[in-house]
Amino acid sequence: MLNNMLSRDLPRSKLLAAILLIIIVGLLATPFVFPGARSLNVGAKIAVFIVLAASYDLMLGYTGIVSFAHTMFFGIGAYGIGIASTQMGPTWTAVAAGTLAALILSTVLALGISLFSLRVRAIFFAMITLAVAAAFMTMASQFSDWTGGEDGLNFKVPELISPAFSLSDEKFLGANLDGKLIAYYMVVLISGGLFLLMLRIVNSPFGRVLMAIRDNDFRSEAIGYRNVTYRSLSSVLAAVFATLAGVLYALWLRYNGPGTTLSFDIMIDVLLIVVIGGMGTLYGAVVGSTLFNIAQGYLQDLLKLAQGNIDSLPVIGALFHPDRWLFWLGLLFVLSVYFFPFGIVGKLRAGALAKTRRSA
Amino acid sequence: MSNASESSSAVPVLETRGLTVRFGGHVAVNGVSCAFQRGTLTAIVGPNGAGKTTYFNLVSGQIPATAGAVFLFGKDISRLPAPLRTRRGIGRAFQLTNLFPFLTVHENVRIAVQARAEVGIKLFSLWDSRRDLIEKADAILEEVALAHQRDLPAMNLPHGDQRKLEVGLMLALEPEVFMFDEPTAGMSVDEVPVILDLIKRIKARGDKCILLVEHKMDVVRELADRIVVLHNGTLVADGAPAEVIASPVVQEAYLGVAPKSAEAA
Repeated sequence: MLNNMLSRDLPRSKLLAAILLIIIVGLLATPFVFPGARSLNVGAKIAVFIVLAASYDLMLGYTGIVSFAHTMFFGIGAYGIGIASTQMGPTWTAVAAGTLAALILSTVLALGISLFSLRVRAIFFAMITLAVAAAFMTMASQFSDWTGGEDGLNFKVPELISPAFSLSDEKFLGANLDGKLIAYYMVVLISGGLFLLMLRIVNSPFGRVLMAIRDNDFRSEAIGYRNVTYRSLSSVLAAVFATLAGVLYALWLRYNGPGTTLSFDIMIDVLLIVVIGGMGTLYGAVVGSTLFNIAQGYLQDLLKLAQGNIDSLPVIGALFHPDRWLFWLGLLFVLSVYFFPFGIVGKLRAGALAKTRRSA
Repeated sequence: MSNASESSSAVPVLETRGLTVRFGGHVAVNGVSCAFQRGTLTAIVGPNGAGKTTYFNLVSGQIPATAGAVFLFGKDISRLPAPLRTRRGIGRAFQLTNLFPFLTVHENVRIAVQARAEVGIKLFSLWDSRRDLIEKADAILEEVALAHQRDLPAMNLPHGDQRKLEVGLMLALEPEVFMFDEPTAGMSVDEVPVILDLIKRIKARGDKCILLVEHKMDVVRELADRIVVLHNGTLVADGAPAEVIASPVVQEAYLGVAPKSAEAA
């Protein structure tokens, strides 16, 4: 059953399987093991970014096309919820309407970009996405009546998943049994479902054609596949999943603004997550997102802790100053790309393969 | 000499009429008219740069023709892109090996089997659950003697095996027209028979049309029913093997020997 749930695309490395298991258990247990708003935020963000990065991997790792508009679709999902909730009030109808409108807009945009540019060359696609994403960002801040401009939108979500909602006044294992907890599990479980769906897609007959196109687009045409159809559909699917990730993120944060979902900084983050986790593996998105968000959430604290002890040392003290966390994050990235060119998942799988070969 | 197709009443499987392509000022293929019948193997020979591979590219649709037309079973397919020509029955094995390097040997063949089966766009079914496609791919791997390499990524195959896989991909398409572009180039002596036997088997079925670009004259003599000679993009000879090989124009164009007497041409 598990095999089919994972679409028979197993981790193929014991260590990777263990890491994935720890991540899943960790995400599910976070509210009770690490109570507090901060850990819950990190956990929800990990889950959302798994979907976001995996959907990007669908394009980058499985189809071999580079897009810079992925956070645009993430933003469309989040704005869909934000705008619908501010205009229609905090109801599930608003959530459904916002999601649907966002999905339609994303599909149309992704299809338009694809058909316009993928006929020519895959690299042209990257350029167009860059332009469209920049235009969209400007529009989002210009139409401030709807989008809240640079300030973004604060909005209420349906009662069931809002912090005001309470299941019980008692605490359970140190966690408040409130709407925030329900929202957390909603985000984590839906993210998990979306991830499994993507895993199925990459292991479908369609998914294998994508990989063939990635490997050799000349030959895939020569054996009878129309690349533009497959590439376009891949980019539309990626956009749809990114939009859903945006929906979840907005429901979780009850806020959306350009810096939260649309910005190129996040685009770079997603790119890094996919590359570090391992392109074309999908599991890389899980490992990468977890690592990245924990680093982003806690590296500063770690440095603060470290600095407390070495404050007095001249150069080293400055180097470990909490404000330097971005430097350390950057260093971590450079090292991981250098040592794991095929990402963490690629490395683990190669190691497991070498081991079975040796014992065979 | 330009059109030496037999007086057969049947519509030829494949025909080109005045097929021409220009790259800037250079005419790579110049007005080639030629028809190919069912159950025949035609060798296309000529010196390097004669336009043999370019002619293949025009037929299978990798590059568009400047002028002229390609007919498959009497239907003009000149305007169809390569994937649609493949679906109508034109199979091509490339001169430079052209595989899916990160997919396994079996997956390489299976993706072609899937194309032939016109599985279509299936997003949510499992690729591993199509037993029919898997078995067919395995059968093809047996045919090209690669079953033992089944699960290796294609890029890890030795050169000769990559050539065999190249041919295996074409077999998987079950085409009506088989286009072999120097299928044995760079293969070791003991590997060549695998490919030649395979070509003979396809020929023995009698219902396929085979085009073969080949430099090795002994191979051509052994397999071909007919030889077409290209020189500087032009069709210069067309006929039965013994006749064509002996003709002075071939001796000059292909073997680089000056004709003994001009009248003989």
